[in-house]
Amino acid sequence: MTAAEILENLKAKFGDAVLESKLEVLQPWVLIAPSRTKEIAFFLRDDPAMQFDYLMCLSGVDYNNGKLGVVYHLFSTVHRHKIVLKAQCTKEDAHVQSVSAVWGTANWHEREAFDLIGIVFDEHPDLRRILLPDEWEGHPLRKDYKVPEFYNGMKVPY
Amino acid sequence: MIETKTLPTRYVTHPGEIKTSSGKTLRTDEMIINMGPQHPSTHGVLRLEIVVDGEIVVDIIPHIGYLHRCFEKHAENMTNYQQVIPYVDRMDYVAAMNMEHGYAVAVERLLKIEVPERVEYIRVIMAELQRIASHLVAVGTFGIDAGAFTPFLYAFRDRELILDLFEMTCGARLLYNYIWVGGLSHDLPPQFIDKCKEFCTYYKPRIKQFNDLLTFNEIFVKRTANVGVLPKDVALNYACSGPMLRGSGINWDLRRDDPYSVYNRFEWEPQLGKGEVGTVGDTWDRHIVRMREMEESVRIIEQAVAGIPAGNVQAAIPKRIRPEAAEIYARTETPRGELGYYIVSDGSGSPFRVKARSPAFVNLSVLPEISRGGMIADLVLIAGSVDIVLGEVDR
Repeated sequence: MTAAEILENLKAKFGDAVLESKLEVLQPWVLIAPSRTKEIAFFLRDDPAMQFDYLMCLSGVDYNNGKLGVVYHLFSTVHRHKIVLKAQCTKEDAHVQSVSAVWGTANWHEREAFDLIGIVFDEHPDLRRILLPDEWEGHPLRKDYKVPEFYNGMKVPY
Repeated sequence: MIETKTLPTRYVTHPGEIKTSSGKTLRTDEMIINMGPQHPSTHGVLRLEIVVDGEIVVDIIPHIGYLHRCFEKHAENMTNYQQVIPYVDRMDYVAAMNMEHGYAVAVERLLKIEVPERVEYIRVIMAELQRIASHLVAVGTFGIDAGAFTPFLYAFRDRELILDLFEMTCGARLLYNYIWVGGLSHDLPPQFIDKCKEFCTYYKPRIKQFNDLLTFNEIFVKRTANVGVLPKDVALNYACSGPMLRGSGINWDLRRDDPYSVYNRFEWEPQLGKGEVGTVGDTWDRHIVRMREMEESVRIIEQAVAGIPAGNVQAAIPKRIRPEAAEIYARTETPRGELGYYIVSDGSGSPFRVKARSPAFVNLSVLPEISRGGMIADLVLIAGSVDIVLGEVDR
């Protein structure tokens, strides 16, 4: 299925949840509402024409304009087609619905995005920091992140 | 969460039901044991928080991040796309060539440039030599996990010869900074082709020797067969890749199925686990997939060495890398599986965002699912069969 057909299917099924899309780029993407990622993900995984059974990558991005984003790279090992989903939220209200119930691999990826970018994934079963220590302050991959002077009494910039 | 009833449980606990011979009921209790971060079987600084009932693993919580350096922040702060390459080396330090290759492929697709044929051939030779070297570390240490020390020495003896080839090419034995965006740092030295052919001739019979020594050893088979079975549906749901996925019988290899470089010109076959000594997807299957992949890698190297064209390996290196504002997710097959780079460019000379989807990070996340209900001693084997490199898990 081409990206345009996938987009049509999504629009027909979820109308208002499909916010924006771009097909004339290297990898076509669809922007969806951050509060409805889970139902869209379930549809994409289970619909016989879609069967996106393989979540290649889930990345968090700070766009440096007050917005944070989550990018899902999906692939179907059955139909061998790809699509990129995006969900965006503001820095003040950084909430995106979790898809870890749909793809098990999203669990750790979402914890990483929470840890490094500070996106809160609603309904995630175990949202803890994963790479940084539990008591770390701030989210290093945000563009406005300042390296702390001290960490547990140790001087950080050497 | 996903349905876990497809997962086999090998041992059943009996809480509160164990009785002494005089009929007295023994108090049983769950206990938490920390394995690592300083433990030889975790292959690096990984901490596994294990809930055990006697010797049976009830649950596992992996704690990672001890080697975290925030590669992604480093990459954003570089002034140039080429400067990122030494950092990607240090992610998977056992297979640095493959990490460089993946990054170079991603940036070249972003720039829409073609590299000379000679470069592609040399990259394939290096990537496959590195795959053999990496698998040798994996199977050697896997032998140690099962209590076999000698195969480890055999593996490292052969790996040394590959490192000699790398040293001859670029001067480094572990972290190469060899594959650059658009080309290579050096051309091959004149004696390389002969030495490489010599290595292939030497190495082919060694695979059978290693199989006789370890893979088909009866004690080893009894220890690894039917342990840590990873069913197909779970493997896909957790996006496992590489030998983890192929060990579960899924015919999937990015070198063939999402082609990059010049892999489609060579004859070779992806190797699958078939459950020859136990169940499809057990630790032995993952081991045999690695052993057979080494044979295939030798096949690819021999064909590439025979067909290598002439050319200038630095002809296509861009003087200044400034991709237009775009984004790309490019994936390549490293010894551990699917390595993906998600690169966002804002039109400036340095990347706006680089996310590395490292295969070992993803493969490790399935560990709790496949080790519940097994013995602690089996857990050591299962963790060994995932073949993690913590530098890449933690990035």
